[in-house]
Parts: sequence; structure tokens; C-alpha cells
Amino acid sequence: MISLLSLIAAATIVFLIGSICIVIAPVKIKAGIALSLVFIYGCGSSLLAYHALTGAPLEMVIADTTLFGDIPLRIDALSAFFILIINFTLFTGGLYGANYMRTYREQKANLSFHWILFIIFHLSMLAVCVIQNGLAFLVAWEIMSLSSMLLVIFEHYKPETLRAGVNYLIQMHVSVVLLTLGVIGLFTHTGSFDFAAAGQLNPAAVLPIFACFFVGFALKAGLNIGILPLNTWLPQAHPAAPAHISGMMSGVMIKLGIYGILRMILLFPLTENQNYLRIGWALLGVAAASGIYGIMLAIIQHNLKKLLAYSSIENIGIIGMGIGLGLIGLGMDNVMLASAGFLSALLHTLNHALFKSLLFYTAGTVYHATHSLKMESLGGLFKKIPQTASLFLLGALAICGFPPFNGFISEFLLYSGLYQGILHASPVASVLLMLAILSLVLIGGLALLGFTKAFGVVFLGKERQPLSSDNTGETFGNLLPLYVIGVFILSIGLFPSAFVRLLSQPVALFVPQFSFTAFTSGSTLLGTLQHVSWSVTGLIAMSGGVLLIRHFITSPRLQSVSPTWGCGYVGDAAKMQYTANSFVRMYRKLAESVLLVQRTKVEIKEVFPQKIMHYETHIGDILETNLIDQPLVWTKRLFASFHFLQNGKIQNYILYGIVFMLTVALLTWLKLL
Amino acid sequence: MTSLILILVVTLFFHGLVFRTKSLLSGRQGPGLLQPIKDIWRQLRKGAVFSDTSTIIFRIAPGIYFASVLTAVLCVPFGGIPGLISFPGDFVFFAYALALGKFFMIVAAMDTGSSFEGMGASREAHFSMLAEPAFFTIMGSLALFTGQLSFRDIFASLHFSSSFSIAMGLLAAMILLILAMIENSRMPVDDPRTHLELTMVHEVMILDNSGFDLGLILFTTNLKFALFGALAANLFINTFPLFISIPLFLAVEAIFAIAIGTVESFVARFRMGRNPQFIFTITSYALVVFLFVLFITGRSS
Repeated sequence: MISLLSLIAAATIVFLIGSICIVIAPVKIKAGIALSLVFIYGCGSSLLAYHALTGAPLEMVIADTTLFGDIPLRIDALSAFFILIINFTLFTGGLYGANYMRTYREQKANLSFHWILFIIFHLSMLAVCVIQNGLAFLVAWEIMSLSSMLLVIFEHYKPETLRAGVNYLIQMHVSVVLLTLGVIGLFTHTGSFDFAAAGQLNPAAVLPIFACFFVGFALKAGLNIGILPLNTWLPQAHPAAPAHISGMMSGVMIKLGIYGILRMILLFPLTENQNYLRIGWALLGVAAASGIYGIMLAIIQHNLKKLLAYSSIENIGIIGMGIGLGLIGLGMDNVMLASAGFLSALLHTLNHALFKSLLFYTAGTVYHATHSLKMESLGGLFKKIPQTASLFLLGALAICGFPPFNGFISEFLLYSGLYQGILHASPVASVLLMLAILSLVLIGGLALLGFTKAFGVVFLGKERQPLSSDNTGETFGNLLPLYVIGVFILSIGLFPSAFVRLLSQPVALFVPQFSFTAFTSGSTLLGTLQHVSWSVTGLIAMSGGVLLIRHFITSPRLQSVSPTWGCGYVGDAAKMQYTANSFVRMYRKLAESVLLVQRTKVEIKEVFPQKIMHYETHIGDILETNLIDQPLVWTKRLFASFHFLQNGKIQNYILYGIVFMLTVALLTWLKLL
Repeated sequence: MTSLILILVVTLFFHGLVFRTKSLLSGRQGPGLLQPIKDIWRQLRKGAVFSDTSTIIFRIAPGIYFASVLTAVLCVPFGGIPGLISFPGDFVFFAYALALGKFFMIVAAMDTGSSFEGMGASREAHFSMLAEPAFFTIMGSLALFTGQLSFRDIFASLHFSSSFSIAMGLLAAMILLILAMIENSRMPVDDPRTHLELTMVHEVMILDNSGFDLGLILFTTNLKFALFGALAANLFINTFPLFISIPLFLAVEAIFAIAIGTVESFVARFRMGRNPQFIFTITSYALVVFLFVLFITGRSS
């Protein structure tokens, strides 16, 4: 197809010219050039995606390329949905990042590199959504992983940043290995690299190949798969990366793992052998466990961005539960379950992209204002950066799933689906679904604990350490992209039916019988969402009304300001206030048996203590420690026992060579080789 | 609307009844039934002192707390008469609306930068996290029992035909009672009459609130009590005609209040560290109810 090829050629030329411009342009406009390129690509792809989302899927083939053969490019409603999320998040993230990176304006070369990578990152993610040739897909996937890794290590002169980057690189390649295995499996069984060929797989081969893809994508998404806890790059890479990169990685890049899982569900013939049910239950269980584990670790983190990163694992868990429920619905031939599951999964994907990027960006502003992300040294920031604090509060409320924000809508859909399932499933399945509900409730409750801690400790109370400068860099202009995200968060919460309507095409790919009219007994899905919409509006109106009445009643009264009541104590109140660690102490005590909490404590023994009491807790990931770190130690020890072989004596090395040659000769003589 | 009006009426007397029960059981006359409401009325007309550490969060939180509980009240039906908010899955909205108010109260307590209030906030967040699963399980059991997914449909089609189902209803009411005591920080979990901040939960969170805000918070606490009482009452009022159901509703609320008063008179507060275990037991009770329902509905695949 000529037009397609010329389109790709044009995109490449634009990219090359743009990159050169970024390199030679003065520091001030580097970000602007990158952003305009992202804008151009974003507009183009969004246009195609919008057509696909409203019911006109696109398929184009780049025929007969030398390396890959035919490369089919398909944009169906599912790809389109993810493309729109990518474009939105990258654009808002880029706008925010342009301001964020101003602090680093001295590092010219580094900045050029950063912004060029930013464009590559955008393009590779778009490519991942579109390319359906296994080999070419892997290349795009790899470019995405590498560019994001290089974006993470922007501050590569810091050793811990570099370590986080390398950790990310290694863990990502386990996922790539599995995906490669999947592609190879697909090729050997069907003789084609086209993903669509998966439809012709013979039933016996379906499950193993599917499993390769599934686990590979799940690792990218950050799902904690019990024995393979390879999502530990998340909490390490996010604090190391610049805020807008963390926001985009958590917001959209890990979602491409979810995209991959959904894509494979569409492509593989899973109807036989109760495969839907098997995979669905497995996914529901893994996702619920991963969600709980993620938020359990999030709560006790001392670093704000680390907390957010762990909470991403939790949210991916919620999305996974939605997909699992959808698959169970497909397996049970229950349209209601299936549509509720996939709908909530897709909506939560969008929601999480919105509020998690918002939270990461606000964390970035906190970092700029204070040069710290350690919660124990932050505090009282609401007075210094009120806009950022309010935006963080908005994100926190949304991520906890409170009405009237978007998180509530997707979690509500998931709850409705799970409860529907209880009414219609077999007794055993009912019990399992009840446990899934309990996990979701527990996740919600833990999120409340985690985010009240994050918001309360960082933004409220008294400053724990004085601010380094008064210039916090908080202006309305800088925060504009955050406000845009905030508006979306609120409008999805207030008018869910409008957004859910947009999702009808992607959901219909999974559930062909999907329609809004046949959802719940006695009431339609849209009707229910309309009710939800009224109810949340009522909640807002009521809050507004009460606050207005309060204002009228209290404003004429005497109001005075005095220090916080301290039970007679008038000393340093900042040191007396509750810390992040003490806020979750009771929880930590309870969870200690599951989590790895190391404590170092210097007890005071004398009557007149000479030294300062010292207390420190370190939070480890028990799965990472036992399943990754410990085996690594053993492997190292095993290989260390062969260390005597490498002793630096030339004659020994020659001896090894002779022994090797003799062995080969002997084996050949014995006809063993 | 019926339920809203009735709950608001009950709110006026609820705490009074609890106090009167406690007084009578300890051999005192006790204050009048309306005394707690009179106290709140006095608070509402007072001026206020604000902490210099606090921000706007501290000032808006009581209002949002009240609004969230009021929204939850709107979800509650009256037997067959639906609440103003009624749709399949409305009990999820109910729980999340309540939690929204709780979120604001918790961060408002953190807002004062006090050493005490953070403690209360931590406990509140922690206990509510543990209590929430019980509510969702009990609603799941009722949904399974009736095959319905909204408060109104569940309560309207709830009928106790066998002794099994009556036992289930009583068990459910008991779990709601214990939940109400945890949610409102009453006796076995928290002692609202204690004078030591270190042993408080809810009271210590609102140490710095005064005047209108304090009155609003106290009123909301009453409202929340009546709210849980109304849920318990709904288990029994069914679709009876109003001249039976209204007295029945008031009777159940009264029993609810008296039960709380009685428990508080005879039970001492748990050690703070024991509370999580106690609260989590409720969830297991609720799970027992769920399995029980699974058994009596006799569904097989």
C-alpha cells in the first residue's frame, strides 16, 4: 500500500528532522520540539484510533519486508482505546515534563537525548499497539523497553539510579524471553509470524503458547505472579526516574502488558477445554493476591514515589481481576459477568492512567519544592503548595475508589459483576467469588490507610524539615496538564455513561452479545450508571450545601486561632506529631508475619541516657528476597567454588586447553560426539 | 423519604436512649432522652477555635463527613419503599460514600499536626479497614438469599419462612450491631467516655474541633448509629403495611440502642492491640452466614 508506506516514510523523516532540531536547538525549546512531534504523531494516530473505536477497524499490510515478511498493522477498537490513552498521557506528561526538566537545564546533551528518547518511547508504544507480526512486534517491544530504561536513568550519575535502571533492564528481558518463546512457538506450529495465525493452532498447543505470552505480558504489567516475583523493578525504577517518566511508565507503559493479555485472549482459540474458565480463575486468583500484596507493601513505604509504584501493582491487580471475571463470564456463557468484567478492566485501565500519572506528577512537584521524597522529612506542604496538594488529594480520593471520582465507577462495575456472579454461579464458584469480593474490599480498605498516610503526612500537619527555598515552582501554568487530568477524573466519575459508551466497541470484541440493554436483571447497565451519576451528583451537591450552610452560620460567629491542643505540652510540635511510621504501626504489627520488616533499635538502658535513641525500620519484599535474591546468593556461592580455576597462571590456562582438546579427541574416538 | 424522616427522628433519641440504658443499669436516673441532642444544639451555636496548623481540609471535613453519611442514609429503604438512591449495587455506593467521609475525618485529624489526633486517625483507618469486609460479606449473603442486588429489592423480598432463615436474620442483625459499634467507636473497641487520649479512637480524632464543626460531627455520629439501626430494622419490616412497619422500625431501633447501652454497661474496652482480632472475627461470622445461606438456598450447579 503506497499511502501507508509514504505515511511511515513521512513519519520517519519528521522524526529525523525533529531529532536533529532537538540536538541543535537551545535548551529552552528542546522540550517544545519534542512535544510538537508527540502532538503531531498523537493527532495522527488518534484520528485513526477514533475511527476504529467508533466501529471502523483498520487493517494494512506492509508486504514482503526482507526481515519480517508481511507485517500486518491492525487497529481495532482495543488497539484504538490504548492508543488514545497513550496519546493523552504522553501529551499531558510531556507538558508537565517540559517544566519539570527545567531544573536540569545545564545538562544540554543529556536533555537532547532525553527528549529524543521521549519521541521514540511514544512511537514504540504506538507500534506495539498496532503491529501484529510476531517478530516485528518483539522489535517494537524491545525498543519500548530500552527507551523507557534510558529515560529512567536520566540522572545516570547517581549510582542508585543506574542500579534501578539495570535491574529494570534485566527483569524486562525475562518478559522478552517468554514473549520470544511464544512467538517461536506460534511460528513452529503455524508457519507464520502473523498473530492472527494463532486462530489455527491445534488445541493441544494453545495453552502452552498462550501461557508464554500471558506470563510475559503479565510480567510487563507488573502483576506479581507468585513464584515469579519479577515486578520488583517497579518500586525501584519509579523513584529513580524523573516524575513525568514515572507517571507515564506507570500510567501507560505497564498497561501495554494488559493490552498484550487482552490481545492474546482475542487471538487464541480458547473456547475449547474450558480454557476460559481455567485461565479466568487463575487470573482472578493471581490478580487478587497481587493486588493485596502490592497495596500491603505500598502502605509501609517511606518513599512517596515507591508507595505510588507499589500501588500500581495493586491497581494492575484490580484490572487483572476484571479480566479474570470477564473470562469466567465467557466460560460460563454469562454475558452480564463477561461484560462487567471486561468493562471494568478497560475502564480501570483508563482510570489508573489518569490518577496514577496525576499522583506521580504531584510527587514530582513535591520533589522540586523540597528535594526529598522521604515522607518522614516532609510535612505541612499544603500551605506551601496548595494547588499540588489539592491535586494530590483528588488523585488519592480517586485511587481509593471514592465517589464522585472515576475510580469508583470501575470498581463499582467490578463489584456488580462479582455480586452478579455470586447469584448465578455454582456454590464453589460463589464462595470463590465472595473471596474475590473480600480481596477487593480489603484492597480498598488498605488503600484508604495508605493514601490517608501519604496525604496526611506529606501535605498536612507541621513541616518536619524547613523548606530549602521559597520558590516552589508551583504556578497555575505549570500545573495546567494536571488540572486537565483532574477534569477527566471528575467527569468520568460524574458522567460514567458517556465514557462507558465509548468502551462498547472494545468490550464487544470480547463479548459479541454485549449490549447496554441486557445487563442486570430489571435494570440496564446504562440505567444503573445513570443512577450512580445522579447519586454522586447528589453527594457533591449535599457536601456543597452543607459547607455553604456552615459558612453562613459560622462566619458571623467568633472564630479564633490558637496552637493545636497539646495536652499542656508547648515544646516543638513538629517533632511531636504523628509520623508516617507510627501512623501505620498497628498495621505493620499485624502484617509483620507476611512482610519482611527489619528493625534496628538502640534501647535506652541508663537512667540518664547519653546517646540519642535510634529507631529504624527497613521494608523488604519477602518474595523478592526469598525467590530472587537468595537463589542469586546461592548461585554466586556455587560459582565462587570454581574460582580456583581462574588463578592467572598462563601454564594452567594452557593446561585447560590441552585437557579440553584431549577430551574432545577422546570423545570423538569413542564415537560419543 | 419515609426512611430518611424516620432515621432523622430516631437520631434525636438514639444516644439519649443509650445513655438512659447505661444510667438505669448503673442505678442512676440519668439525663433526659433529648439531652445529647440539646448538647449538640448548643455546640452548633457556639463560636470556634481553630488550630494554627490546620488548613482548609480541617474546616471542610466535618461538612463532607456529614454529607457522606446523609448520602448513605438516602440509600436506605423502608421495607418495600425504596430510598431516594436505589439501584442494583447501591450498597457498594453506600459503603464507599461512608468511607469518603471517613477519609476526610482521618486527614482532618492529621491536619492538626497533633501527636494525639494522628493516633486516633491511624486507629480509625485501621479498624474501618478491618471492619469493611464484614459488611460486604453480609450484603453478599443477603443478595444470595434473595437473588437481588439493591437494598430495596433485598429487603422487600426477604421473608423468613423457615427457622434457618430466622436464625440467619438474627445473625445478620447481630453482625450489623457489632459493625455499628465498631464504626461508631463504641465499647468493646473504644470507650467514648474515657478521659485518657491514649485510649481513645474516635474522640481523640476530634480533639481540636469545636463549635459548629464539633456539633456537626456529634450529630453525624448519632445519624450513623441510627443508620445502622435502620439497616437492622429493615431485615424485619419486610413489606408490612406502614401502621405495623413504623412501630416495628422504631422498636428495632430502640432494641438496637438498648443493646448498645447494655453491652457498654457490662463489657470493658479491649486492649487496643486486641481490637484487630476482634474485628476480624466479625468477618468470619459473616462468612459463616454466607456459607449458611449457600446451604439453605440449596443451589447446586
